[in-house]
Amino acid sequence: MPRSVGRAAAELAADQPVAPALEARDLTLSWDGEHVVVQGVDVTVAPGEVCCLVGRSGCGKTTILHALAGLTTPMAGRVLLHGEDVTGRPGRVSYMLQKDLLLPSRRIIDNVCLPLVLSGMRRTEARAKAAPLFERFGLAGCELKWPSELSGGMRQRAAFLRTYLMGADVTLLDEPFSALDAITRVEVRHWFVDVVAELGLSALVITHDVDEAVSMASRVYVLAGSPAAGVPSRVVGEVAVTRPAGAPSFELTDEYLAAKREVMALLG
Amino acid sequence: MARPAASPTSAAPRARRVAMPLATIAVLLVVWQAAVVTGLVPNFLLPTPVQVVQALAEDAALLASHCVTTLAEAAAGLAAGVALGFAFAVLMDRFEGFYLAFEPLMTISQTIPTVAIAPLLVLWLGYGALPKVVLVIVSTFFPITVSLASGFRSVDPDVIDLMRTMNASRWQIFWYAKLPAAAEQFFSGLKISATYAIVGAVIAEWLGGNEGLGVYMTRVRKSFSYDRMFAAIIVISALSLALMKLVELAQRLCMPWKRAERKSNER
Repeated sequence: MPRSVGRAAAELAADQPVAPALEARDLTLSWDGEHVVVQGVDVTVAPGEVCCLVGRSGCGKTTILHALAGLTTPMAGRVLLHGEDVTGRPGRVSYMLQKDLLLPSRRIIDNVCLPLVLSGMRRTEARAKAAPLFERFGLAGCELKWPSELSGGMRQRAAFLRTYLMGADVTLLDEPFSALDAITRVEVRHWFVDVVAELGLSALVITHDVDEAVSMASRVYVLAGSPAAGVPSRVVGEVAVTRPAGAPSFELTDEYLAAKREVMALLG
Repeated sequence: MARPAASPTSAAPRARRVAMPLATIAVLLVVWQAAVVTGLVPNFLLPTPVQVVQALAEDAALLASHCVTTLAEAAAGLAAGVALGFAFAVLMDRFEGFYLAFEPLMTISQTIPTVAIAPLLVLWLGYGALPKVVLVIVSTFFPITVSLASGFRSVDPDVIDLMRTMNASRWQIFWYAKLPAAAEQFFSGLKISATYAIVGAVIAEWLGGNEGLGVYMTRVRKSFSYDRMFAAIIVISALSLALMKLVELAQRLCMPWKRAERKSNER
């Protein structure tokens, strides 16, 4: 490599902040290649950050998720992962849905190991790698159970462990915990945010649930529009959420309510 | 733990569940025996249960050898029918065009009575084992194909998307998601097919052959030994029942997660 180029790259690295973990640049998406569903969406998630994209049902959230996961190719725009263009390439980010999608025919440990086994690892080796994580994910003792034997909250924990073992440090979540009962929901959300921070992951949560968004994210992007009526959805605002240190229940603080109010106002 | 008595069958104690149907059968047998002994039905038309059991004992060795033939035809036909049905269902799952082309045909073909095809098969294929095996294949192939094809399609498309983000190959998606999802329907299809297999083989044997329960039945009918006729019927229904139980056993071995699901449903 010529020295000048090397120096330029070094200077660039010194001047510029670290590339975002996940970045969507000017993303324009369509269901059928004709009607625009989502237009010009810019979203960034910094390393170690949990962000939310909140919007009403039918505004194209899942379309965005599919594009970010690389399952579909956008009409325009790019998806960057740590600065690398991964547009239309599946398998680079992990993702998790409201449905846990555990395979009923596999024991929990084998469900969790699925991404490892699918990439060619031996089953015994994969099990050995996953087993020590069960404790941290609150799943100790569930290794050999069948998915039907676990509660909804536990199943989502297992789904998240599987997501973690996909090995990608960026996770997309689609309304991950909305289907759980109210108390479990709050617990699992806080647990999730802690684990993400502890493991050094980044996450983008896509949801229609304003509470889910505000209680998990440090920043909330608000998506609005009605694609069914021909108005493509856009990001209409971004709300920063501040968590007061030491508050026992974040959901009862003024900061929480202020952020929630701001998001609701943007949703209209 | 006490549960609301929504389904009396599962709430009843096990002993009662066994005793009640046995009592019903016993009463029916006594009525049958009495009807013939008292002369209500002439004995040359209807043998008594006791005579049937006697015939069964006398002809046990002969019945056993015919039984082996029929069972071999049924097993060969069932195995081939399952293999063919499996291959067909996989093709229907893999190629949308194949599915669209054959799905309606599958439904229509299921309405064709196999009894109607049997004489043609004998005409074309002779009196050997071949027409029997072919008839069994024809009657088992469709239930297997239909149950597997709809089982493969019952997978949640989100599971397939998730596996794609894990870079799963088509084969891995099939092995980990589609095949287990189809297992339940496959086994109900297989249970039906197992009974069809025995009945199919017997019907084909009626129309000609040298050995088999169907051949035995035609012979004893011609000599008016209706007690032996009933003995053969008992053997046939015992065979079907045994095959069905065998399928249930296989299902339990192949689907260990099913028991856990049933248990958590009961909770």
